[in-house]
Amino acid sequence: MWGRIFSGLLALALSGPALADETAEQIGDAERGAIVYKKCSGCHQVGPDAVNRTGPHLNGVFDRKAGAIEGFFYSKSLMRAAADGLIWDLEHLDAYLENPKALVSGTRMSFRGLREKKDRDDVLAFLRLYSDNPQNIPEASPTALKKEVELSPEVLAIVGDVAYGEYLASECLTCHKRTGADDGIPSITLWHPEDFVVAMHAYKRKIRPHPVMQMMAGRLSDEEIAALAAYFAELK
Amino acid sequence: MKLNRRTFLGSSAVAAATLAAPMVRAQTTPRAVVIGGGAGGATAARYIAKDSGGEIDVTLIEPTRSYYTCFFSNLYLGGFREMDSLGHGYATLASDFGVNVVHDWATGVDRDAKTVALAGGGSVPYDRLVISPGIDFVDGSVPGWDLSSQTAMPHAYKAGTQTELLKRQIMAMPTGGTYVMVAPPNPYRCPPGPYERVSMVAHYLKANNPTAKIIIADPKPKFSKQALFEEGWENHYGGMIERIGPDFGGENVSVNAAEMTVDIDGEVVNADVVNVIPAMKAGTICAAAALTDGNWAPVSGHTMQSRLDENIHILGDACAQGDMPKSGFSANSQAKVAAMAVRGALTGSRVFPAKFSNTCWSLVATDDGIKVGASYEATDEKIAKTDGFISQTGEDADLRKATYEESIGWYAGITSDMFGTA
Repeated sequence: MWGRIFSGLLALALSGPALADETAEQIGDAERGAIVYKKCSGCHQVGPDAVNRTGPHLNGVFDRKAGAIEGFFYSKSLMRAAADGLIWDLEHLDAYLENPKALVSGTRMSFRGLREKKDRDDVLAFLRLYSDNPQNIPEASPTALKKEVELSPEVLAIVGDVAYGEYLASECLTCHKRTGADDGIPSITLWHPEDFVVAMHAYKRKIRPHPVMQMMAGRLSDEEIAALAAYFAELK
Repeated sequence: MKLNRRTFLGSSAVAAATLAAPMVRAQTTPRAVVIGGGAGGATAARYIAKDSGGEIDVTLIEPTRSYYTCFFSNLYLGGFREMDSLGHGYATLASDFGVNVVHDWATGVDRDAKTVALAGGGSVPYDRLVISPGIDFVDGSVPGWDLSSQTAMPHAYKAGTQTELLKRQIMAMPTGGTYVMVAPPNPYRCPPGPYERVSMVAHYLKANNPTAKIIIADPKPKFSKQALFEEGWENHYGGMIERIGPDFGGENVSVNAAEMTVDIDGEVVNADVVNVIPAMKAGTICAAAALTDGNWAPVSGHTMQSRLDENIHILGDACAQGDMPKSGFSANSQAKVAAMAVRGALTGSRVFPAKFSNTCWSLVATDDGIKVGASYEATDEKIAKTDGFISQTGEDADLRKATYEESIGWYAGITSDMFGTA
């Protein structure tokens, strides 16, 4: 038994640094990422002398707390996500790039997202060149990256049962106001149903950080989420 | 009215009405009566009326014209809210939702005749009754204290005049004076409430009377969000608050309202303010209607129906349901399940599986909000917890501020949900 543990430790010790190097390469192709990045560069600068433009500069973005660039005016939604604990680690950057509104519904980043995983991997590999501490990226992340907010067309196609949604919604309306007011708690009325569904699944899978919403969404089935989306989309 | 041959033949008007309205159910529109206009009752009345669209007559019996929420009343003590901001009226329930609001005390229930007796005389018939009366206090639970002592030693655990009285007493404390809280045994309304209150009193005293002391005599070995409160007390009010738990005699307490003393396990403390929060029981209407087992009224989690009478649903603090804490949030959550069940029973509308949730926010100091919450589902035995979360010690200031702001949003949300106001 001791021998097994020892050899296990040895294997770990030997493979540790090698694994880190390997995964660092596996994030993506930074050269190709520089080309993909042209989709971003209209709003974001990166590199020496980068400054905030329409979007904040992206130097050192990895593992930075969301909404943390001094002097940049972020959306209320992004600041709320930041207060909830959103950190721009690889997983969340990937989710944000895949569909910005899945992670932060009211973000001002009007970008439909990079649906191709290779595009995201490559552009993240490119951006990582401009972060001071790439070694802080969790070793397993690049290969373990989950596309957690990618929902199958079947889930998105579920037609919500509005009457069921009305009952389920009564639970939401303890906190969220029917009128759509958003003081302290965001408005959830009149959303596009797909945005609603994507956001709820992001909570359910704990991609979004808010603990109350993770709990509330966590026990909702795909049909129940669709029912809520249908109800709130039409709430007058 | 019951028809027999004579009345049928003798009253052509009744006959005509009966024949002319074949779609109307045999009797009149079904009647739901709700006793108590708080987080449970107001919500139930509104949801039954709203979702039945006139198919159910809803009567709400509530003695006060302005309801002051017990939740957030601690923030009034701390200077974070005005009392007016905690008061809510019933006009919208009447005007926009058609609820018949009766300002009177329900004094008894005739379960055979299915009527509710009113203190002002007369009675109200029901097909389904919802009872959400909140709490009353257990006589003799704190020796030396009874309701006649509540002016000298306020409980302030029903919001309004009692809360204002307690605040005035705190403001009038002499320099370096002593505030004693006699905390309640489990189960009681709002588990973090006494400890949020201590935080709010400490917040006021720190600014206005910083050498004052706060003593809590507590019969419970542990309490809700204890680590979070104790961390906050140490950070914000170091040294001001002393809690005496049962290991040091905190359960062996008596008071003398004439002398303003508190005897804690044989040690007599001279106090300037004594906030006695006695042991609690279901609002007295539950016992009057013989719906209690011990101090509380047992219910089924599927529908919130009384275990003792299927025509009666009991909500909120008064009921014994299982795992949910006694809170305004819980009562509001339970009310929606009950409203659905009442509509299903009276009009045959769709009924879905019961889901419940609760979150309790507390304010420890300025912008230092904490929360605990859980989700629940009904089993045949009880309402059972399925998931939960709690704030963590050592959270950063931004998160605590966001949690406080969230609680303000929740207050606006739940009161709008209860009273139908914008």
